Amino acid sequence: MSTNGALLQVRDLRKEFPVKSGFLVERVTHTVNAVDGISFDIAEGRTLGLVGESGSGKSTTGYCVLQLLKPTAGSIRFQGKELTKLGREEIRRMRREMQIVFQDPYSSLDPRMTVGDIVAEPLDVHGVGSRRTRRARVRELLDVVGFNPDYVNRYPHEFSGGQRQRVGVARALALNPSLIVCDEPVSALDVSIQAQILNLLKDLQRDFGLTYLFISHDLAVVRSMSDDIAVMKDGQIVETGPADDVYERPNHEYTRALLTAVPVPDPRRMRDRRAERRKLHHVIAET
Amino acid sequence: MALLQVENLRTHFFTREGAVKAVDGVSFSVEAGKTLGIVGESGCGKSVTALSLMGLIPRPPARIVEGSVTFQGRDLTKLSEGDLEDIRGREMAMIFQDPMTSLNPTLRIRTQITEVLDRHFGYSKDDARKRAVELLEEVRIPRAAERLDDYPHRFSGGMRQRVMIAIAIACNPKLLIADEPTTALDVTVQAEILDLLDDLRRDHEMGMIIITHDMGVIAETADQVAVMYAGQIVEQAQTEELFDRPEHPYTEALLGALPQLEGENVRMGRLRSIPGRPPDLIAPPEGCRFAPRCPHANLSDGCAQRLPELRQIRTGHLVRSRHPASERQAVPV
Repeated sequence: MSTNGALLQVRDLRKEFPVKSGFLVERVTHTVNAVDGISFDIAEGRTLGLVGESGSGKSTTGYCVLQLLKPTAGSIRFQGKELTKLGREEIRRMRREMQIVFQDPYSSLDPRMTVGDIVAEPLDVHGVGSRRTRRARVRELLDVVGFNPDYVNRYPHEFSGGQRQRVGVARALALNPSLIVCDEPVSALDVSIQAQILNLLKDLQRDFGLTYLFISHDLAVVRSMSDDIAVMKDGQIVETGPADDVYERPNHEYTRALLTAVPVPDPRRMRDRRAERRKLHHVIAET
Repeated sequence: MALLQVENLRTHFFTREGAVKAVDGVSFSVEAGKTLGIVGESGCGKSVTALSLMGLIPRPPARIVEGSVTFQGRDLTKLSEGDLEDIRGREMAMIFQDPMTSLNPTLRIRTQITEVLDRHFGYSKDDARKRAVELLEEVRIPRAAERLDDYPHRFSGGMRQRVMIAIAIACNPKLLIADEPTTALDVTVQAEILDLLDDLRRDHEMGMIIITHDMGVIAETADQVAVMYAGQIVEQAQTEELFDRPEHPYTEALLGALPQLEGENVRMGRLRSIPGRPPDLIAPPEGCRFAPRCPHANLSDGCAQRLPELRQIRTGHLVRSRHPASERQAVPV
């Protein structure tokens, strides 16, 4: 069943969104190709970093992989199964294997549920174990992500962004998934807290053999997490390859433009980078 | 004399739970034609500092309880609201993080630019229009004359920030304060805006304050840097000096926590994170505010008891710590 070792295999994925306009009577006037024919593989235990600017289609890709959005065309094979052909019940079962960590730990946790209930929810939904074993599992999960298990009965608003994101990660881990889509998991966090969460995600990958699709607009963050990189622009992958190759020897002009646009914490390098940036200006201007 | 001189500024928010010491004894100066970068994480007081300079803090609950803000020889904290209005927008201007919400969506771009010209110079309609086109051209908005009558929603995020900058420089201010000017923008647009601000600073010989959480933006734009933590400046130096020889344990930790963009095998290493989180500013720690998170703090030398002074460790390099990097080697590990 295995497809040359890839846990996830995406081929020619497309997602169109209808654009409506008109006064009182809305009509679909045209469509936008948010994702426009992309293909990639992720091998088990590895991380693919999907990087791009806003509107490049990177989050839409993540949602299509998880079947949270229905792709317009293309194939998504996960553990050898074609997800786009599965029925609702089968998708529900597959979801145990694939989870998501969202960007904003402020809005992705239900403020009326306790931390314990939030982490237990996937276990409840999928009817895993008895009530007693579920409670033990929740404490274990919180412990794994570095969140004090004694706080299970508290509410999300009592915690900082970093602590909340730990709860989000614990919830994603609850069903022992093999793939986690991380959609801008540290974008809402301060630098010092961001490092804590990135380290946590690395530790969990090592300890549980997780596979990540890591989506971010932050080129440095993506690099620190990824084995392979895919650079997206206007719904397409313009360049893909091992992280060191893409970052140190970029082939595509857009990748170079992106990389020289990032402000690096090194004032001496600034002048060179600024000069290089001006040379590549026309690439950016086209966007 | 410096264009702007801030001495021992304290801005507190008076809430039911107590006084939040958002800015607690901050001093710095800005020279004409130079950029001061203020860097820190959320809640460190960097934005409240900027709003205090502009006289834009919400009163109540906030109040400047101590200190002075001397701008071109006048203490702004002593001015009436009317006198301050004459300076604000004309002599000193500010741009904000979110260009989506700082423009009025119901007014044409032209109206929003000419408003400030009318308020400060009483331009005629024709002159104001001509000047508005010049300003849009100066911030590099293509087809400026045609775009003048558009509403903000017709502009992208980067273009809106350009419009905000045009409004800010309309009266040729001596000082421009930019509060996270590129945080909401894509990285390629950010680069263009930072380049634009740098050119404008040079052309107009403006003093500039850039407030950001991003050490990269600081490295790109600032001549001088002030690092803020828990309402105070913990380190201040020339930009190259600060990045070459960071002294405060917090500055070192911030730089160490950044993922690297360049170099082979950067994925292998773990990032150096800072344990814990910043203190509550209603009742901050009695001693050094960073002590609870500091790897070098210890009980015997008073880190937890007495707040260290901001002292000069090298010429022009100030640090507020008992354990700056260059004095640490002597300690046996």
